[in-house]
Amino acid sequence: MASFKRSDGRKVNELRPMTAKVGVVPNADGSALFAFGDTIAIAAVYGPRLLHPQHMQDPKQATLRVNYDLLSFSVYDRKKPGPSRRSQEISKMTEYALSPVLDLKEFPSTVIDVQIYILQADAGTRTAGINAASMALAHAGLPMKNLVCSVAIGKQDTTVVADLTKEEEDFHEGEGATDFPLAKIANSDQFTLVQLDGNIATELVAEVLEMANETCAEVYEVQKKALKAGATQ
Amino acid sequence: MMGMDISKNTFEAMKTLVEQGKRFDGRALTEYRAVEISYDVSKAAEGSARVRMGKTEVIAGVKLTLDKPYPDSPEKGNLLVSGDLLPLASPRYEVGPPKFDAIELPRLVDRVIRESHVIELDKLVVKAGEKVWTVIIDVYPLNDDGNLVDAAVLAAIAALKQAKMPGVTEAGFPDYKHRTKQAVPLAKELVPLSVTLFKLGNALFIDPTREEAEAAEVKCNFGLTKQGKKHMIHSAQKTGAKPFTQKELETAAILIGEKYDELYDKLKKVL
Repeated sequence: MASFKRSDGRKVNELRPMTAKVGVVPNADGSALFAFGDTIAIAAVYGPRLLHPQHMQDPKQATLRVNYDLLSFSVYDRKKPGPSRRSQEISKMTEYALSPVLDLKEFPSTVIDVQIYILQADAGTRTAGINAASMALAHAGLPMKNLVCSVAIGKQDTTVVADLTKEEEDFHEGEGATDFPLAKIANSDQFTLVQLDGNIATELVAEVLEMANETCAEVYEVQKKALKAGATQ
Repeated sequence: MMGMDISKNTFEAMKTLVEQGKRFDGRALTEYRAVEISYDVSKAAEGSARVRMGKTEVIAGVKLTLDKPYPDSPEKGNLLVSGDLLPLASPRYEVGPPKFDAIELPRLVDRVIRESHVIELDKLVVKAGEKVWTVIIDVYPLNDDGNLVDAAVLAAIAALKQAKMPGVTEAGFPDYKHRTKQAVPLAKELVPLSVTLFKLGNALFIDPTREEAEAAEVKCNFGLTKQGKKHMIHSAQKTGAKPFTQKELETAAILIGEKYDELYDKLKKVL
């Protein structure tokens, strides 16, 4: 395993340099930026606010509504603006990834809107988006059980690696590339996002989950530090 | 899970029962309903199949068209999977723009077929960079009694295995009325199948009825093949707000291999 050379020279379990900052959208109730290397996501939270139209309201709890999208110039082949089936799916998966840490019953009939946009994409956009959104929710002062941390674990041929770049996602030798984005509630064994594309033996799943634990702990420290820095401003 | 159509009493009773390892219809938690495959839903399709899992029924059809290749794969044919949750198949479905589960179904079918590379797209080139075959798979449930994705993947694979290439007219258009005897190029040793695990309380189970699928708090779909002695996962997606624990995911990784083998053994004669 140690013999495998990643295209950018990182160690197998090494994340790209992370950047995190809160308060990037002053108009929002909470906002954050999170980057893995060249993948940059910003998230803004609006709400809880009354949900319109009225028939969409849930009298038992708040509705978490996530909108994830790539900005048109975030990718080399310009992305046509507006929702695609891919972005709708990622938005839904992000709702599922974040809602377990929120106390939605506290705010019946309201909506919590989370807007996530990718400024620059180099793979791992949904995981960067989840990390930014989790920070933005905390920055908005919403009651939360914990932060959610997300990392795409992946595979190059038969070697499990963390946080793939686009170049690594396009790797074709041997068993090729696998992208296995995961999110979990910080410091717990609870996984809130599980997606996979590629080619990975079932017997490697345990190793992937261990690497997710280890790397999500690093994400958590970066998120916490940025939130603390934002609070003292 | 997607919108509770069952009463709180049914939900509670089912949760108590599955946590004891039992189900309303007497099956074990990891026991399939009867599975059946038949062919030739439409002679106008290049290949088509019908799958029944208990009362769930899904049909799939394969059509081929001649198109331009995508710029990032000039020497490969194209794959397109679509489908719809027809209001015919359930009182829960409505006409109109697709809701999330209607978007998710063909995307999950697409991912396991695409990522397993079962279709040899490099053999579907007529003229590199200019003209290639597009394989279009459409899946439609005819009766939704749960576990649609597993049934839809099975129907898609069955239809693909049976599909024959259309002829080509002198002018270079597809000739659907004079189909060739040539099969759609597939990696014969690969049989992608889908195994979806559902979770309610602390119980994991497979092949739910509609009622069980509604009660489930979260599910995780896996698309896999067997290559030599190893089971390879090509696609996965957790749908639902409840988390899975690390232990549950590790258990899942073993269970899906066992269920793959069981389903494949049952069907290898007809696939």
